Amino acid sequence: MLTAEDKKLIQQTWGKLGGAEEEIGAEALWRMFHSYPPTKTYFPHFDLSQGSDQIRGHGKKVVAALGNAIKNLDNLSQALSELSNLHAYNLRVDPPCFSLQFLSQCLQVVLATRLGKEYSPEVHSAVDKFMSAVASVLAEKYR
Amino acid sequence: MVHWTAEEKQLITGLWSKVNVAECGAEALARLLIVYPWTQRFFASFGNLSSPTAVLGNPMVRAHGKKVLTSFGEAIKNLDNIKKCFAQLSKLHCDKLHVDPENFRLLGDILIVILAANHGKEFSPACQAAWQKMVRVVAHALAHEYH
Repeated sequence: MLTAEDKKLIQQTWGKLGGAEEEIGAEALWRMFHSYPPTKTYFPHFDLSQGSDQIRGHGKKVVAALGNAIKNLDNLSQALSELSNLHAYNLRVDPPCFSLQFLSQCLQVVLATRLGKEYSPEVHSAVDKFMSAVASVLAEKYR
Repeated sequence: MVHWTAEEKQLITGLWSKVNVAECGAEALARLLIVYPWTQRFFASFGNLSSPTAVLGNPMVRAHGKKVLTSFGEAIKNLDNIKKCFAQLSKLHCDKLHVDPENFRLLGDILIVILAANHGKEFSPACQAAWQKMVRVVAHALAHEYH
């Protein structure tokens, strides 16, 4: 799915985030809760107010997982195996095709606001494909 | 009928006044064809779509993108009556163009990414939420007359 060029663009783009990963994760989650209120149903145990420690903590976790996936683009299945189990058996987030799509959109919006013109059509395409591949792997064990 | 808060209307119309419809429309359609290449099936007569550069420079893509976004602008002028505003276009997309409504959602999301890239911090979470609602309503209206 991901071409060599896609992989290069993804790694380059991630490299431009300069340590802001935690903020980016938190912002992506916050935007997701704001734009797609039904996604909040997976976090009834969280303080979902803006800037909450739990959103920051969870955003950091999500972005770390994505960062790890980006270091292992040639073996996403294995890199995300634990998370795949978690999402399928414990969390049971609505089949990734739906809910993770919202996170993907919001993450892309955050990246676009920060990178501006650098979020070119080619980068947009590569990141979209990457998020799609991540969702696919996470969905592998659903049934 | 869709309910828009005063804040949502302000966030939508406020940002729209800063949008260059021709440029933004061209970019949106180009990105649709680049990021989701299967959508090219609706534009077989548009000539060279063989690479991102070709798509971005294609004059038919640019012209059509402008047309699409201009139409979108009509919805913004008629926020309280989008379904009626797009009834004819909906029939057209179903009966003549045979476009799967899922594509409207894809284009809407792409438009939002472009707005984000062009407006940076100004494209706040509240702004994004209003616009995600906007594109959802437009997509729904365009699908409404399908049968």
